[in-house]
Amino acid sequence: MTAAIAIEGLEVVFDRFRALKGVSLEVREGESYGLVGESGSGKSTLLKAITGLAPVASGTVTVNGKPLGKTRDKAFYREVQMVFQDPYGSLHPRQTVDRLLQEPLAIHGIADGEKRIERALDEVGLGKGFRFRYAHQLSGGQRQRVAIARALILEPSILLLDEPTSALDASVQAEVLNLLEEVRRRHKLTFLMVSHDLAIITHMCERLMVMQNGEAVETLTASQLIGHRVSEDYTRNLLRASEGFVRTA
Amino acid sequence: MSDALLDIDELRVTFPTRTGLVQAVRGVSFSLGRERLGIVGESGSGKSQTGRAIMGLTPPQAEVSAKKLAFDGIDLLSISPRQRRSLRGNRIAMILQDPKYSLDPVMTIGRQIVETLRTHEKVSKAEARERALAMLQAVQIRDPARVFDLYPHEVSGGMGQRAMIAMMLITGPELMIADEPTSALDVTVQLDVLKILDKLVAERGMGLIFISHDLRLVSSFCDRVVVMYAGKVVEQIKASELRDAQHPYTRGLLNCMPRIGFERHPLPVLDRKPEWAA
Repeated sequence: MTAAIAIEGLEVVFDRFRALKGVSLEVREGESYGLVGESGSGKSTLLKAITGLAPVASGTVTVNGKPLGKTRDKAFYREVQMVFQDPYGSLHPRQTVDRLLQEPLAIHGIADGEKRIERALDEVGLGKGFRFRYAHQLSGGQRQRVAIARALILEPSILLLDEPTSALDASVQAEVLNLLEEVRRRHKLTFLMVSHDLAIITHMCERLMVMQNGEAVETLTASQLIGHRVSEDYTRNLLRASEGFVRTA
Repeated sequence: MSDALLDIDELRVTFPTRTGLVQAVRGVSFSLGRERLGIVGESGSGKSQTGRAIMGLTPPQAEVSAKKLAFDGIDLLSISPRQRRSLRGNRIAMILQDPKYSLDPVMTIGRQIVETLRTHEKVSKAEARERALAMLQAVQIRDPARVFDLYPHEVSGGMGQRAMIAMMLITGPELMIADEPTSALDVTVQLDVLKILDKLVAERGMGLIFISHDLRLVSSFCDRVVVMYAGKVVEQIKASELRDAQHPYTRGLLNCMPRIGFERHPLPVLDRKPEWAA
């Protein structure tokens, strides 16, 4: 099986700060892969480097067998789409949902927009009634659904998810996670998902990489993590922390 | 409860909006002794407005009413703003969510702590400094003298939140309201901060109201949990008995979070019933 995303020795440098220090990973086609770490560990930077939003200093990124150069062409963005953390910040406040969904179609010159918009909204569980509303008229969960619809409308094969539920309430989080699993199954998508929450990653992903300070700590399968079969202390600490507060008395 | 530190009966907070009055808190009642009480709810449930009403930080356009809102026998709704000020930060303290916003960015951490202390107590500058340093030590800041002279942007989130806790504890409050004190922090730092808070609350015999959206975290930290939905209390339960929660909202909230080692696809979702909000 070919790799959907293959990254070799990726370095990202902001001025003099090395945000990623030679990270390598491989995401298989159709796989759901998780990145876990605390703030500043470089997990979001990794996603941004793939999409060309962060300055890559060295290393290679290969998507669907094609090595990426300095710039990404249009075809890349049809294959790879991203859903951001904060649905309050990632949707244009003065555009209707319809206008938001039309933009990617216009950029890529896709003709059957009408049908695609209806289908995309339907797919994320928003009826036609939402089509001409503005982002501020929607709840957080509904906004994230719009963001997912916008990512899906180009029918990509890879979805990059940057903390897609961390701004949402627990019950809404469950709905959005279920939706993501459903669209992944239906479209056979590859997920690369970032989260600080180990429970979400083990729920959504088959394999994961733990990151700290711009470096990979270790790579695990979800079942290894569930069975606490981890080799690094850092991962063990994260696992303990995710179990909640324990009073030592 | 006989020696209730805080007694709330039918608390209401009403906001005027363009489309009429909106009740953010609709008749909340509970009492608090020297214990750790968690208030849990999702956004818009009124949990923060409940905390702010106790503290007296409700925005001026909103109206607070209650049959009873008493702290240590003092009726908080009838006392003067001046008396209220002397309670606030002195006998009742509040920790806010994000130290990036709740600390004054143009004042060093030490000066902010000293300011709080000297507002409420007559102490010399030198003594205030000593006590601030001791307090920073108590929240496990390794080099208090250095942190004393730092500005909030020069410290990490976990350190900032510890400084915030130090500032709130320096007057020796009897009631502490913590509004999402660790939500802006990384998981591992979260536990460090909770440990410090837990120790200090226990040592000083304070009452603690811990407001959070995270039911599991709250239930592992608090003695008792009040679950709020749409401005009302739907359930009050001992944290140890949370597994036997009766209300479908509480159960749904516990259930819908992914847990390590429990495979459930798809996750159970909350089926919100209109009668919960009635």
